[in-house]
Amino acid sequence: MQNRIRAVRWQEMVTPLAAVILALAIGAGFILFVGENPLTAYKILFVESFGNLRNLATTLQRATPLMFTGLAVAFGYRAGLFNIGAEGQLYIGAFAAAWVGFTLTGAPRFIHLPLAIIAGMLGGALWGSIPGYLKAKLGVHEVINTIMLNFIALYLTDWLATGPFHGGSWVPETARIKPAAALTRLYPPTRLTTGVFLALLAAFVVYLVLWKTRQGYELRAVGLNPDAAEYGGINVARNTVLAMAISGALAGLAGTEQILGLHNRFIVRFSSDLGFMGIAVALLGKNHPFGVILAAVLFGALQTGSAAMDRLTSVPRELITIIQALIIFFVAAEYLIRRILRMKEGA
Amino acid sequence: MDKVLEMRAITKQFPRVLANDRVDFDLNYGEIHALVGENGSGKSTLMNILYGLYQSDSGEIFVRGKKVDIHEPRVAIDLRIGMVFQHFMLVEPLTVAENIVLGSELRKGPFLDTKRAIQEVEDLSNRYGLRIDPRARIDDLSVGLQQRVEILKALYRGAEILILDEPTAVLTPQEVEDLFKVLLSLKEQGTSIVFITHKIKEVLAVSDRVSVLRRGRKIGTKATAETNEQDLAEMMVGRVVLLNVEKEPAKPGAEVLRIENLTVKDQFGQEKVRGVDLSVRSGEVLGIAGVEGNGQSELVEAIAGLQKAAGGKIFLGEQEITNWSPLRIREAGFGMVPEDRHRRGLVLDYSVADNLILGLHGKKPFVHYGMWRDDKAVYANAEEIIEQYDIRPPVATQPARSLSGGNQQKIVVGREFTQNPRLLICAQPTRGVDVGAIEFIHQQVIAQRDQGAAVLLVSAELDEIFSLSDRIAVMYNGQIVSVMPAAEVTEHKLGFLMLGGRLEDYEAHEVSGNAKQD
Amino acid sequence: MGDILALLFNTAVFAAALRMATPLIFAALGGIFSERSGVVNIALEGMMLIGSFTAMFVSHHTGMPWMGVLGAVLAGLIVGLLHAVFCIRYRANQVVVGTAINIFAGGLTVFLLRYYFGAAGTSPSVATVSDITIPIISQIPWIGRIIGRQNPLVYLAILAVVAAHIVIYKTSWGLRLRAVGEHPRAADTVGVNVYRMRYLAVALSGALAGLGGTYLSIAHLSRFSEGMTAGRGFIALAAVIFGKWTPFGALGACLFFGYADALQMRLQDVGVPTQFMNMLPYVLTMVALAGFIGKSVGPKAAGEPYIKG
Repeated sequence: MQNRIRAVRWQEMVTPLAAVILALAIGAGFILFVGENPLTAYKILFVESFGNLRNLATTLQRATPLMFTGLAVAFGYRAGLFNIGAEGQLYIGAFAAAWVGFTLTGAPRFIHLPLAIIAGMLGGALWGSIPGYLKAKLGVHEVINTIMLNFIALYLTDWLATGPFHGGSWVPETARIKPAAALTRLYPPTRLTTGVFLALLAAFVVYLVLWKTRQGYELRAVGLNPDAAEYGGINVARNTVLAMAISGALAGLAGTEQILGLHNRFIVRFSSDLGFMGIAVALLGKNHPFGVILAAVLFGALQTGSAAMDRLTSVPRELITIIQALIIFFVAAEYLIRRILRMKEGA
Repeated sequence: MDKVLEMRAITKQFPRVLANDRVDFDLNYGEIHALVGENGSGKSTLMNILYGLYQSDSGEIFVRGKKVDIHEPRVAIDLRIGMVFQHFMLVEPLTVAENIVLGSELRKGPFLDTKRAIQEVEDLSNRYGLRIDPRARIDDLSVGLQQRVEILKALYRGAEILILDEPTAVLTPQEVEDLFKVLLSLKEQGTSIVFITHKIKEVLAVSDRVSVLRRGRKIGTKATAETNEQDLAEMMVGRVVLLNVEKEPAKPGAEVLRIENLTVKDQFGQEKVRGVDLSVRSGEVLGIAGVEGNGQSELVEAIAGLQKAAGGKIFLGEQEITNWSPLRIREAGFGMVPEDRHRRGLVLDYSVADNLILGLHGKKPFVHYGMWRDDKAVYANAEEIIEQYDIRPPVATQPARSLSGGNQQKIVVGREFTQNPRLLICAQPTRGVDVGAIEFIHQQVIAQRDQGAAVLLVSAELDEIFSLSDRIAVMYNGQIVSVMPAAEVTEHKLGFLMLGGRLEDYEAHEVSGNAKQD
Repeated sequence: MGDILALLFNTAVFAAALRMATPLIFAALGGIFSERSGVVNIALEGMMLIGSFTAMFVSHHTGMPWMGVLGAVLAGLIVGLLHAVFCIRYRANQVVVGTAINIFAGGLTVFLLRYYFGAAGTSPSVATVSDITIPIISQIPWIGRIIGRQNPLVYLAILAVVAAHIVIYKTSWGLRLRAVGEHPRAADTVGVNVYRMRYLAVALSGALAGLGGTYLSIAHLSRFSEGMTAGRGFIALAAVIFGKWTPFGALGACLFFGYADALQMRLQDVGVPTQFMNMLPYVLTMVALAGFIGKSVGPKAAGEPYIKG
């Protein structure tokens, strides 16, 4: 029996692994296209992201926001919701955290920092619960609404940070947060902060909530079979809103971490598709919190290594974006990968 | 050569069901041949094979004497076979004419020749007396008119063999009459028609011959003139086999469920349950017999709080529970085996253990502090029910999806029965379940009764109704036709009532029949 | 008051609105074809971006902007086919594939930009499709100043709307398209090849979105810059919904969104933040979806892979 369970888990990992390998293989084609040796480029990529403690720290720092957004998408997915609005929730959360960070004065760190984090979560939760509510009450599918809310959040925070809360410099950003609201650097000069622990903690909490609480049982039941959930006395509408709120809170934490750990102020359009990458991370991690952590680390490593690859070879760092996109294609097309694998077995 | 169609020894195996077992079927030129049988008897499967939507595992089809291989609808259309589906194949935002010509459009260059399409539809509808406005949008039409479009669609493609799958199921009585007129006029003009139904009255009204299917097999074919309602009902329902259920006479106690004048509407606002009164007492099984689709599902879902009652009252014991939330109703002492275990009863991707707490998942001992799940308790509960209900394989961590139908049903039954509810609804409790499990589930139902539960049994299987019920109610067209002590009910009588006959007619018929015998 | 009216009904603003609307119109038409066939296309943004890049690239190498237009259409078509293969053949989630295409396009265009043109975030200046003056119309007072002298692509966009309307509502192909997106099984039972219809529609969708991208890099501007579509693919998607999946509806929405875009600089002077004007299309789309201004309901089968049998 134990064996059977292990076999199932192993099978779960086949598609993500195959997707990564296929994507790297096609990526190698791009490297050849620009006249470089794929093995050399990939070696640099690997060494520069995992080769020493400092590189590893940078990899983790890059992975941290992706852990949050990956968890956000995965959490929604488990409840049957496709949250492609992590990007917007991230902005709202980031702004809320920044606002607490620069507004509150004189508070000690053990008050200021948690307050800023909570504000970030609430901001994301609020933004996420809008499409949740529209789905639960009016039956509007969440996909379009989350896309629309991404842009609304982008422009809203743009206005806030250049209008009412403009920091006074020529740059479109707010004032700096107070030091008491900042996350602590772990391994200077890298910019890895205690935010990474927060992400790991969030993954663990997500795991606990989903699989060890009554609420998680209800959320997953709604995701898998809303009719049966209803029959089992579960309030489908309430769980839909809740799932989107929690998902949004996690995305909000990604923004919070970026503000309190990295930028120390709200910068307009600071996120380079962190929310969208969360979709890739969640898919690759099979929507399981521990899978999400691994996938986020992989993506973080790709980003970290790409800078060196860009510097040391003529391969533009955007190769990494291409590889990430390819990974999504292949994970999404599980059907294709299964067929490829079966073909091999058949031969 | 008077046969336009002949199907020989058609066999079709679905994953757990033998849907057609060496079925022979033929159709004469210009006749209406009724194909009757209860739900799941294999009628639609047989006709879907003829239309190329399914492929048979074995058997042969001859059309106009020639052996054919119908592997897709296109082939059927080319053979001039047309089909009117029970769920219409109409594109709602398009017009009547657009739907009719779709796939065989009339063109002027690349453009649709809408004018000619409308003209042709008008000609066609005049020729067959199927009046319709070709410019109307489908979603503005009544169901009866939509069906007319479906028929025209087939005729437009030159159908000489027309299959209608349960065409009357969705129609009002007036629309049914109109349809019959249309069918008779089509027949006069040479169309050969297969008419699928489970309503015997309709068979007698319109068909020339009738074939009866039961559980995937053909029971027989008769000329309609040489048969009657009793005869057909018996062929359809079969001899009732009293199943091996040991039970003492019931000792009914206090009233547990009382329903007063209940109405339930579907999403389109149509009344599916129309003024039902019902009462079930502690310690008895009330069986509701009836052909499916006569409002049983809606009745049960309304009691469970899963559909809104549009009118009337439901009492559980002394408490009125009308339109309470499903959870509150459960907590008031209610359990239910839903008719579709895949849709309602199980989260198929949940483990057996998780399925065994659905509905109890928020209660002690499965959670502490209203929140933290106690895995130990969840598994202990699972082990207990797995053993008590002999669920196989006995692995609590397996997803429910991987179990057989019978064992899946045992999960639902085990979960609901071990809560010892005051009111227990069992809807189609043994559908798609193997024989061994059927017997077991039946024994458990009786055990619940003997422990004092009020059991409401809904089943399309008459064997089951007869074997378990203390009283039997018949539901037809959203109403309870009659409630009788089980001992007073014969299968004849039940079959007659289920198929829309009236009790008075039956009694009159019986008297005259007996008189003749004398 | 008079000032504001003069501001709102200014021919220069109208002319600018038309220009702003042009890329949106092409992409929205693309969205309509795809969604009408039952395939959700949130990849319009990526398709436009690849179109923009290709148009610049081909124009740069040939010196012929119209070859650039052609190249962009072909590139969009290929990306559309990619979307189609994954969505239709491999039954992948259409939203996920769309997201992947958007990310892919963002990466690929910058990858190629940097490979071919060095490190800068923008390409060199290339030959553009230049504006033309329509002889008689340009003489008409007021109207002439709006539509009398525009880029050929602007006129092409309007023609494309008319053509799309005719294709969708007046041809047998369009009839089948509408049927396939609403009720694929019904279409299948009368012998319509659902898969082929969807492949064609999604490929066409990509070609149109690519054409929309063209306008940005070789008409509106004369160079490609990183991420230059800046969300226009999503505004086009919003226009599809706001225009209720019809070509003229989408045209109206695009013109309105273009108008809001053209006004934003001027409105800023009277105190309306540009960001609020930027938000407008998205907010209105949500309102439309929620049913507050006549419910927007898309093709019924959009988003679901069709499995035969």
